[in-house]
Amino acid sequence: MTTRMVEVRAKVMKQNDVLARSLRERFEQHNTCVIGLVSSPGSGKTAFLEKLLAGLARTHMVAALVGDLATENDAVRLLRATPNVKQITTGTICHLDASMVERALEEWDLKTINFLFIENVGNLVCPSSYDLGEELRFVLLSATEGEDKPLKYPTIFNSSDVAIITKMDMADAAEFDVASARRNIERVRPGMKIFEVSSKTGLGMEEVFGFLHAQLARSRISASIVEEVVQ
Amino acid sequence: MHELSIAISMIDQVMEECVNRGGLAVEAVHMRLGVFAGVDKDALLFSYSLACEGTPLQGSRLVVETVPLLVYCPACKQERTPPSVYQICCPVCLTPTPDILTGREMEVESLEVAV
Repeated sequence: MTTRMVEVRAKVMKQNDVLARSLRERFEQHNTCVIGLVSSPGSGKTAFLEKLLAGLARTHMVAALVGDLATENDAVRLLRATPNVKQITTGTICHLDASMVERALEEWDLKTINFLFIENVGNLVCPSSYDLGEELRFVLLSATEGEDKPLKYPTIFNSSDVAIITKMDMADAAEFDVASARRNIERVRPGMKIFEVSSKTGLGMEEVFGFLHAQLARSRISASIVEEVVQ
Repeated sequence: MHELSIAISMIDQVMEECVNRGGLAVEAVHMRLGVFAGVDKDALLFSYSLACEGTPLQGSRLVVETVPLLVYCPACKQERTPPSVYQICCPVCLTPTPDILTGREMEVESLEVAV
């Protein structure tokens, strides 16, 4: 049979990318600083998020979307810090995509939200392919997981903007070598910003708050520039 | 495993493309897949044939061209292939570089259609 080639040249993730871009524009318009959180299951995303929400809620309006295959457990935990929490249950799907985020945001007025956190399904592989429209992606690595996690999952570490080493209160007990973990992060994502925290003791959280406040101020400046250009 | 979700979006996209171009009988889909795209080639090939079942693309082939990881070394001022996906640096002078040029691609390049 004769065949001919028809050129297409289109990104496979086009549909998700287009939606993510429109979400990002909406977040920018409303001065909402949006942070995605990714990690393996059990590395402390929800505990970290509980601390973040509680700390930021004193001065800002905060909200969170939390993804899991099943249960509302995480949303129930986070509701103690803010009423603006929605659980996204994915069924069997191992990642969040932009359409799930868009649907979950339907009833919220973004104008009233300063910080929105999107906690992905615990998975160090699949979420890396899906842009959710977030401003920054935080990847979490806990002291109990081992220093070489970044080397084993380079794609997700490389596609993230900030690394958070969690459970630092357990570092000694787990014989966790933080310098080696830092070196491994640097190997897969040179120049990456790294924070060491303990959600339990609060260690290192002030630095994260400082970083987030600066980030929000930056998003406000860029939003006002966009506004001026539009005018 | 998110390769099945990716195969499904790719098939939807190709079918839309076929309709837009007035109906094409696709024999093969040619794609470019970067080694740093976070997608496994074999899992994608397996998912593709499964996801094609019951669609106009049933029986078509997926042809994957692998795109290597290339970075720009700021010290050598050259394009280089890093030693591995978990060591993003220049293989010659060992300077770490965040500047990735290729390796993240996940694109439908062309369709091979029956004449």
